[in-house]
Amino acid sequence: MDPVLIAEAAVNGVLLGGVLALLALGLNLIFGVVDIVWINYVELVMLGMYAVYWLVTAFGWPVWLAGLAAVALVGVLGLLVHLLIIAPILAGAPVNQLLATGGLLFFLQSFATFLWTTDHRSLRLALPILQVGGMYLSFARLLAFAVSLLAVTGLYLFLTRTYMGTAIRAVSQDREAMALMGADTRTMYLVTAGIGGAMGGLAGALLIIQYSVHPYFGASFGPLVFMICVLGGLGSMPGALVASFLMSEVISVGGIITSTEMAYVVAFVIFIAAMFVRPQGLLARGR
Amino acid sequence: MPFRILRWAGGEGRGRRPAGGLCLALLLLLPWLPLGPARVYVIHVMILILVWAFIGTAWSLMGRFGLVSLGHGAFLGLGAYTSTLLWNFWGVSPWLGGAVAVVGAALLALVLGYPSFRFRVVGHYFALVTLALGEVVRLLIIAERDWTGGSLGITLKDAGGFSLAAAQFGDKRVFYFAALAVWLAGLAVWRRVDRSMTRSALEAIGEDEAAAAAVGVPVTRFKLRITLISAALTALGGVLYGQYVTYLNPGTLAGIGVSLQIVFAAVVGGMYTLLGPTVGTALTIALAEYLRVAFGVKLLGMADTIYGLALILIIIFLPEGLYGTVRAQVARRAAPAAAPGR
Repeated sequence: MDPVLIAEAAVNGVLLGGVLALLALGLNLIFGVVDIVWINYVELVMLGMYAVYWLVTAFGWPVWLAGLAAVALVGVLGLLVHLLIIAPILAGAPVNQLLATGGLLFFLQSFATFLWTTDHRSLRLALPILQVGGMYLSFARLLAFAVSLLAVTGLYLFLTRTYMGTAIRAVSQDREAMALMGADTRTMYLVTAGIGGAMGGLAGALLIIQYSVHPYFGASFGPLVFMICVLGGLGSMPGALVASFLMSEVISVGGIITSTEMAYVVAFVIFIAAMFVRPQGLLARGR
Repeated sequence: MPFRILRWAGGEGRGRRPAGGLCLALLLLLPWLPLGPARVYVIHVMILILVWAFIGTAWSLMGRFGLVSLGHGAFLGLGAYTSTLLWNFWGVSPWLGGAVAVVGAALLALVLGYPSFRFRVVGHYFALVTLALGEVVRLLIIAERDWTGGSLGITLKDAGGFSLAAAQFGDKRVFYFAALAVWLAGLAVWRRVDRSMTRSALEAIGEDEAAAAAVGVPVTRFKLRITLISAALTALGGVLYGQYVTYLNPGTLAGIGVSLQIVFAAVVGGMYTLLGPTVGTALTIALAEYLRVAFGVKLLGMADTIYGLALILIIIFLPEGLYGTVRAQVARRAAPAAAPGR
């Protein structure tokens, strides 16, 4: 095996890990605050990709503007998911919330198939390929990585430096105590769902410049994102980052050494084993 | 014995026994009913409903106690592929291969279940661990493409018409009765669990695991028992399905897609009742078939769009499922003084 190939895969793994971290953090935020894993989260990403695609190809918007629109649009979708589906059953069995988002997954996938068929659609951007020490790196991936890191930093500053962010972290630590102390948890939930959605939209905008979109795009990496989110641990941003880069390296380097499928198998087995040993997450304080 | 079957097929409600008996009699006579040219098609759809209803019932054995598995596709795929590969490559009769598949699925459930229950992996965490298992099995089937045909699928080797040893029957009626028998057996297992200590123990665990353990309920053992039964039955369903359709595909038999479909059919009908998963499966398959026949491929995705929407609405407004809600209403009307049963 050529060491340059493996190095290239490792670098690509880091770049992929940036976008995965963005998704895992968005999902982790919702999971931490509302205590629900949105199984349909990656379908929101898929809608964000379509939003950019259509705004650029049908309406001639510049890509960056379409990307910003996707962030806003999917942010609103996140709010709607919470208001229409999660809020009415917050008091019900936790499993029902999980299943309701699963129903939404079906709905969004099939509705996208109905509207836009299963064609693979690509923006066909001619972004340059950089050559660094024998490795070929795509500029689109570097861009996606940089923007992801910026967004993750922004989220970190929001959660630690603002009043609302601090309140959101408090809710994720103890939902009931915060409600007793007079905090309006409903607003926190909404803000969280909106931010989570917006991060999904941003991820969509960053993915459409690298891949072509189709209704089942989300399904291809959805399970991985849930697992990274849980593996990182509730409300632990460092944990989510570590888990993202761990999993993306396993997939990227493992994919070169064996096959993509086997790399995913290894990643999922690591997840299952980690749940047995550290169910609270890699770096979390405990459940 | 037939009377006992007739009796419990009618459900617990006193007045509904004749209705249940009538339904069973209709099911038994179905292949001879004058359905005209639609006969073969009706039997085909009925076989699909019975097989998937059996699998849904097997899933609900766990689901009703809060052990929500999103990875039953793992057991289904393992079952179907084990018996098919054994037959295709070594000519092992599916009767034996099926037994191997069922044992294999139970072992897989043990390997996953024991550490899960021992280390208290519950709720969302359990759901995601099982989801990962379902994906692992699907990806392994795809990765071992030299054996399994990968994502293109694999066709069961034809034994040439009617062969008992190969469990291949040109006649759909044989499969119909096999599916009917397996489905009834699944209901019998459900009923048996419902009337056993296992049910009380699991309900106690579901309400408060620590408290149940404190009063001496062996939590791990009871959870493991129900998981093994559920996995073994699901694998059996996979074997039967494989023998009937004679074509296996990792996308339709393993992984997150089929796992969610199993769960959703049970949820639509109501996972807390004997016939809930069956009703849910019948409705979802009937809806999918109706939309397919009515719209063809013109409206690709429309059937699942409606299905997904119906699912969300049912989970929000009828969390006990369609059949579960109807039953609770009937029970309340019949005995206003008594507490409404599940």
